[in-house]
Amino acid sequence: MSTREQILARVREALADVPADERPEHVAVPGDYRRESALEHREVLDLFVQTVEDYGARVHRVGPDGVSGVLHEVLGSRGARTVVTPPGFPEQWVTAAGLVLLRDGPPMSTASLDRAGAVVSTATVAIAETGTIALVSGAGTGRRALTLLPDVHVCVVRTDQVVATVPEAFDRLAGQRTRPITLVSGGSATSDIEFVRVEGVHGPRTLEVVLVDVPSAG
Amino acid sequence: MSRATGPVRWPDAEPFPQAAAVQLAKAEQRATLERVTHQIRTKRAAVVAERDDWEELRRAGERIKDRTLRHLDHYLEQAERALTRAGAVVHWAADADQANHIVHRLVRETGQTEVVKVKSMATAEIGLNEYLQARGITPVETDLAELVVQLAGDRPSHIVVPAIHHNRHEIRDLLAQRMPGTPSDLGDDPGELAAQARRHLREAFLRARVAVSGANFVVAETGTLAVVESEGNGRMCLTLPERLITVVGIEKVVPTFADLEVFLQLLPRSSTGERMNPATSLWTGVTPGDGPQQVHVVFLDNGRTDALADPVGRQALRCIRCSACLNVCPVYERTGGHAYGSVYPGPIGAILTPQLRGMADPVDRSLPFASSLCGACFEVCPVRIDIPRVLTHLRAAAVDHERRHLQNVVERTAFRAATAGLSNRALYEVGLRVGLPLAHAVAGRDGLSDLPSVGNRWTRSRDVPPPPPQSFRAWWADQPGTDADAGGQGTQAS
Repeated sequence: MSTREQILARVREALADVPADERPEHVAVPGDYRRESALEHREVLDLFVQTVEDYGARVHRVGPDGVSGVLHEVLGSRGARTVVTPPGFPEQWVTAAGLVLLRDGPPMSTASLDRAGAVVSTATVAIAETGTIALVSGAGTGRRALTLLPDVHVCVVRTDQVVATVPEAFDRLAGQRTRPITLVSGGSATSDIEFVRVEGVHGPRTLEVVLVDVPSAG
Repeated sequence: MSRATGPVRWPDAEPFPQAAAVQLAKAEQRATLERVTHQIRTKRAAVVAERDDWEELRRAGERIKDRTLRHLDHYLEQAERALTRAGAVVHWAADADQANHIVHRLVRETGQTEVVKVKSMATAEIGLNEYLQARGITPVETDLAELVVQLAGDRPSHIVVPAIHHNRHEIRDLLAQRMPGTPSDLGDDPGELAAQARRHLREAFLRARVAVSGANFVVAETGTLAVVESEGNGRMCLTLPERLITVVGIEKVVPTFADLEVFLQLLPRSSTGERMNPATSLWTGVTPGDGPQQVHVVFLDNGRTDALADPVGRQALRCIRCSACLNVCPVYERTGGHAYGSVYPGPIGAILTPQLRGMADPVDRSLPFASSLCGACFEVCPVRIDIPRVLTHLRAAAVDHERRHLQNVVERTAFRAATAGLSNRALYEVGLRVGLPLAHAVAGRDGLSDLPSVGNRWTRSRDVPPPPPQSFRAWWADQPGTDADAGGQGTQAS
């Protein structure tokens, strides 16, 4: 008998008290936790700004024409000349900001990503109650390493991507659930020394969020 | 045999009371532990209070885990199929030795002599680091606290904050003395210490070809693995290497991707008191062009099927390793994690360790007694593990074991004598009439605090209050106008 068969046999033996005709779905799971919020979308956006800023990250609210200006301000003030730009990210935002694109095609080496100071990306979904941004690997967000190695991550979030709750976000992610997904809530942080929160350990130490107003879908 | 063979528990561990006495004498550690556990408690309470549906979330978490555990064979097979379909290779390990062997083989195949590691309870449980080191492979712990523990040649004392027993000064000294390239004038500000760890580990991340991780969740329907972390070291390890080996306990399976919406609300708030942890990675097998192209998953039993076989104890396998029970425990707060002698300390450790390892060893048998049964652990548990109930259940199992396997002559004789005295009224009355005045005279006004011989087992942690000079019944009989016999009848009838 293989180890696999042994373990499965031991599991079945251990579960001898479970009635033979019980199916998994017979074990009821209550789903009465909150899936949505009573807030209006305008208030959801305000909440998102507040929860992200609670993590020590900055949020810049702009209209559709304002992205380049923020990129210029945020990255230019740090002395960045170049910025990693994933395939599918609107390149005119970067060039209009006076920055030089570092394209990931052909794929940049780990060493060159390590040398790059900053990365811009879009987002997939954002969660107001927790201040979380979901990045699904793909167009605009790039492969995971792009938003991991540069020290500054500027993430452009559209207002119609912001939902209130975690369950709403998972509904939106369902169609892409087998792609690599990274959920970031502020920059990296540690509380390992005397439980004092230190922002910025590995991965981008600085997260800047650009929240772009688009007409609400609903 | 699937009974845990690896060092879930440390080989030199002593029974809890002796180990606790050693830890309690460490004044500085006690001060640090008290301060930090109270900070985490306060933070957790604040973010839990934000959720008006916290109880609903707890019940959902409890039931999702129960559904999984009651049909674990079904979900394991489903997870294996999904993982394989997604390009991962699934391995099965009955015990620590098999798991270590598999991981070592997978590392050796690559020709690498160094692996980067994401903090993982499963790999700590099987003693993977020691196993690899003995075979010429260097495991690099990349979580800051694990790194501190590794540099100190020490053991973790908390599930989420393993270096909780070290203060900033001790950590500064450790980095300065043992981490190559650390400037000798390094300060002890936590931000400065974290920055030094970043510099030190950056090279290791960039050159790593192989990573070893655990996983917080395995989604059966998709084969998606989840790592919930703070520092970004997890993202580094899960993204940059070519080969990723994930060791995961068989109880980590959840049925659906949507189930994560429950646990990603319960875990960060319970664990570090945050609305959400800084980074969570979800990956499903191999994604061309993104992340490791060789993905291996090791399903680990190591005693879990023994815990599963106990319908009362089974609920311990719901645990999502948040540590909320450690942070509120009045025992843990004082003794710290090392007293439990196990990689799983605190209340959850007191029920998990003896279930994974069995009751044959006196150290394992001592753990269910490491509790005042105050119930705080159950109140904070995000998946509603009734830890006090499992503790008392395991206490009974420990006593049963000793009755079957050990001849405790003193205890047995004492209980035989008590049985005789308590089941015969005349004998009982004589005992009281003779014994009470004697005990009263010996104890004096302050009671007894240092009984001789086996009595010392009681008095070393509590005093015996002074007994009264006579029994209540004798006193009652002495009162004018009472009828002692009628009183006795009444008592018997009730």
